[in-house]
Amino acid sequence: MSPSRRRFVQGLAMGGMAASLGLTSRSLWANAEQQQKMPTLRGTDYDLTIGEQVVNFTGTPRIGTTVNGSLPAPILRWKEGDTVTLRVKNNLPESSSIHWHGIILPSSQDGVPNISNGFHGIEPGTTHTYQFKVAQSGTYWYHSHSGFQEQTGLYGPIVIDPMEPEPFTYDRDYVVMLSDWTDEDPTVVYAKLKKLSHYYNFNERTHKDLMKDLKEKGLARTWSERKMWMQMRMSQRDLADVTGYTYTYLMNGQTPADGWTGLFRKGEKVRLRFINGSAMSFFDVRIPGLKMTVVAADGQYVQPVSVDEFRIGVAETYDVIVEPDDGAYTIFAQSIDRSGYARGTLTPDAGMQAAVPPMDPVPNLTHTDMGMDMSAMGHNMHGMGGMDMKGMDHSKMAMGGMDMKGMDHSRMAMGGMDMKGMDHSKMAMGGMDMKGMDHSMMAMSGMDMKGMDHGPHPMGGKSTPVHPSDFSSGKVVHAPTEYGPQVDMRAAAPRYRLDDPGVGLRNNGRRVLTYADLRNLHGTNDPREPDREIQLHLTGNMERYMWSVNGVKFNDAEPLRWKMGERLRITFVNDTMMNHPMHLHGMWSDLETGDNDFIPRKHTVIVQPGSRISYRVTVDAEGGWAYHCHLLYHMLGMFREVQVS
Amino acid sequence: MRKINMMILALSMSGSALAGGMNDDPFLFMLKMDKFELRDADEGTALAWDAQAWAGRDLNKLWLKSEGEKLSGEGTEEGNLEVLYSRAIAPFWDLQGGWRHDFRPTPDRDWLAFGVKGLAPYLFEVDATAYVGESGRMAAALSVEYEYMFTQKLILSPELEMNLYSKDDEEVGVGTGVSDLALGLRLRYEIVREFAPYIGVNWWNKFGRTADYAEAAGGETSDVEFVAGFRLWF
Ligand SMILES: [Cu+2]
Repeated sequence: MSPSRRRFVQGLAMGGMAASLGLTSRSLWANAEQQQKMPTLRGTDYDLTIGEQVVNFTGTPRIGTTVNGSLPAPILRWKEGDTVTLRVKNNLPESSSIHWHGIILPSSQDGVPNISNGFHGIEPGTTHTYQFKVAQSGTYWYHSHSGFQEQTGLYGPIVIDPMEPEPFTYDRDYVVMLSDWTDEDPTVVYAKLKKLSHYYNFNERTHKDLMKDLKEKGLARTWSERKMWMQMRMSQRDLADVTGYTYTYLMNGQTPADGWTGLFRKGEKVRLRFINGSAMSFFDVRIPGLKMTVVAADGQYVQPVSVDEFRIGVAETYDVIVEPDDGAYTIFAQSIDRSGYARGTLTPDAGMQAAVPPMDPVPNLTHTDMGMDMSAMGHNMHGMGGMDMKGMDHSKMAMGGMDMKGMDHSRMAMGGMDMKGMDHSKMAMGGMDMKGMDHSMMAMSGMDMKGMDHGPHPMGGKSTPVHPSDFSSGKVVHAPTEYGPQVDMRAAAPRYRLDDPGVGLRNNGRRVLTYADLRNLHGTNDPREPDREIQLHLTGNMERYMWSVNGVKFNDAEPLRWKMGERLRITFVNDTMMNHPMHLHGMWSDLETGDNDFIPRKHTVIVQPGSRISYRVTVDAEGGWAYHCHLLYHMLGMFREVQVS
Repeated sequence: MRKINMMILALSMSGSALAGGMNDDPFLFMLKMDKFELRDADEGTALAWDAQAWAGRDLNKLWLKSEGEKLSGEGTEEGNLEVLYSRAIAPFWDLQGGWRHDFRPTPDRDWLAFGVKGLAPYLFEVDATAYVGESGRMAAALSVEYEYMFTQKLILSPELEMNLYSKDDEEVGVGTGVSDLALGLRLRYEIVREFAPYIGVNWWNKFGRTADYAEAAGGETSDVEFVAGFRLWF
């Protein structure tokens, strides 16, 4: 990389500034031409300089964290099989680092201060050299793992060209990096959340919604629907902690006002490499008028699936192929809470734009998202300690499958839960008649209760044997450490919801990608059954803005110690109201989607609120690894160190 | 003083630097002026405040609370200051203990304070404190507040406040039992989260001996006041 080349590779941040100066349409045209070219560095040898630069996304100049003067950082284009050398100079006044997200490499090159073997951050004014062999191909990204630098701009795409020909064809290849920018100092954002956790939420349900509900549903139903939320002191609109109130959502560093532009010629197939490089924002992505064929997830090929829309969690990547006709299309990425969007245009003509669709209505979280939907009869309620469910109205539960009239709950081990007066009488369960059934019989073997998620819960009697490959059973146990002021909720009936696109995307009339759609193109990489299972509960207290795993925050936690060569099943149980994108460094997460033959590999897995999900990990990388929620302001507590030896 | 030193020690115990220099539990400070308002009372215009400040971490904090009211032209009519150590004991509840000093009316009174503060089911904000004072006097104070959102920024907030005493204390004008009860209704507009002007009404009533003392002193025993003020925090 010659110095002149590096000087040529200027920041996209400057594109943002130029556009805000009010240029003529002619220069906007030129600007669009400029914008489609994100700075790209190629080869095996790189000099990257982390620094500070004035950027302007909102009309107010601010200091951003840049790499070689660019925000987002330049695209690094590697080739599978190459050994890359990256000299990273830190010109910040504080310690910095770069982590290569999703890249399989030795711990010492992973770039997490004080966790990666022998790495303690890059001190101001010093240069750190990373060197490793690129053992994979696909779409990835890199970002700082120090302080809040990721929020202020230190993130960039990685594209790795494969050695083997790809299993699909395309004519054009664009990176579409989504991110969130705030003019506020991230430490101020964090402090505000600690002082008033709903500080940024201006989507709460108000008088108007109440009146509408009362009119449409009547008093009784409105009350019963809202009751549990009020009892639990939670908000049905707890969708995002940090929102469009402070965020400007960016697509390849461009604001929605400017819009990123990708050009194509009629008849061309365009590959879009979506990367969610934001600090806190989930996006729902669609291109009105175009079907998207998803061909890779987190850099790994999947069997092509055609969708209208997909949700991309923080740190995930999806490669899609689109075949646009002769017109302009808007790439529309609305934030999960509908407080804003990032936008770009696919067009054959830089002067042509498409209409920007309105954002979808703000969704309400449901009892399912709370892990409180008993409709699947998840009787694992022993984690509900002290919750009063007196008078809880089950009358509207649609339980397809069983009549449980007169069902005796008295023998359930439910620690402190008061279910007096719980009315099961109206449960319409058509099919199986359980009138008068005593639940002590539930340990009966051979009875088909699929979908009922009875698991081997402590109901007296023997527990049902669990086949190791039957990922959908297994007991949910809330650890004693989950009880205390640091945890405000424990999901009573967390369910596998692989085919659930998630809050805000259910039944929206569009074909939305779900994890159940992800099937590894080449079949399961490691067909071994897991040797052992680790259950990790994602916990928090939204009111106090505290986040943890199993109720224990990173500062107080012992490292997870895994044995080299073992095959683990990690089961996540989300005991909070929010989606958490969980990211394991250094090793693949083989996501159990129900199809054992085509298990897809991911580096980041969304755990939906009130759900459980599991993946297998082949422990094949020695050393220290980070394991955490990729929401930046959750990560401080919702974090574990993994030691593999 | 030793007590305060111990509190400060407890506050600084948790939290340390970690990977990448991040600390999930930074030492923070917050000042909240929940009420700062003019009250249009029968006896003239009064200035009232309800302010709180805390410093500390997620689970351990040092709180300062002050409440009071001052009639125009006269001295402070009512005013107190509390210094409390606060510890989270449940997801939505903090246990608070410390000291309260009533500096008005005179003579001043000191109390040991012990109470809970938190968010009750159905989203009621509750602050309930029991007090033990000199010569075995006991007292209790309760405040309950709710927020009803007309819009994201226009919020109606009903509030109940009451005080109880175990003994007559003629010098400061309080009698046994429920001494006074106030119901407030304030409508605020949050220009930003941190600053919200409001208007409202406040009805209060003195009971029993407390009412007798007030009457004897030539004061009111009940009033409906219009209020206007602002909320502020940072
Ligand atoms: Cu999280």
